Amino acid sequence: MADVNRGNRPLSPHLTIYAPQLTSMTSILTRITGNALIVAMFLIVWWLLAAATGAESFATADALLTSWFGDLVLFLSLWAMWYHTLAGVRHLIWDQAKGLDLDTAYKLGYAVIGGSVILTILTVIII
Amino acid sequence: MAFLTDRKRAVGWGSAKSGTHHFWSMTVSAVALLILIPLFIFTFGCILGSSYEEVTAYYSRPFPAIVAALTIVVSFKHFNGGFQTMIEDYVHGPMGKVCIIGMTILSYGAAATGLFAIAKLAL
Repeated sequence: MADVNRGNRPLSPHLTIYAPQLTSMTSILTRITGNALIVAMFLIVWWLLAAATGAESFATADALLTSWFGDLVLFLSLWAMWYHTLAGVRHLIWDQAKGLDLDTAYKLGYAVIGGSVILTILTVIII
Repeated sequence: MAFLTDRKRAVGWGSAKSGTHHFWSMTVSAVALLILIPLFIFTFGCILGSSYEEVTAYYSRPFPAIVAALTIVVSFKHFNGGFQTMIEDYVHGPMGKVCIIGMTILSYGAAATGLFAIAKLAL
């Protein structure tokens, strides 16, 4: 293969030279929340498997999920879930080549952040 | 051959004709999850914290069981696709391939485990 060493030539500017902006931060948060949600999904699968196995193993899994630590993980995951969902909707809108101008992108960014917080609080109240 | 650049080797072959497949499968699973996730959050959220008897009785009902099963299958598929994109962005070479294969195995494994658990609870 032609993986030739082309020397350590300068690369075009990367992420590190840019100042953080709402658009870039909401974008990277989409990726972080999406990938972090695997923790909650693994916990839930474990909890379901424990429930399917028997009362004793269920008690172990349920104790962790309903402990303060489990509550914290699931609460943060709940927010991550709503954030990723709303950010996903934003991507579906962008995929239609709509809302890509800076002004709308900023408005959508604030809507995603605010919406995820509101939905998280609402969910906690309802559940 | 060894002196050809990646670009030179690709010229003339046209596109791979599957370039949008990954994007489209993420779009389809995203829309499916848009329906499933709220249903799952509220069905699972309602029953979490209940006793063993209540949980097993709850998941032997069709609606919570079907919602949970679909959410597990579609979300692990969607997760795997998203994880693959992240790895392709940040990890290159053989290590990137190892990460993608490893997470694919883990995703399907977790999905199968979840499905088994729900089937056992439901039946």
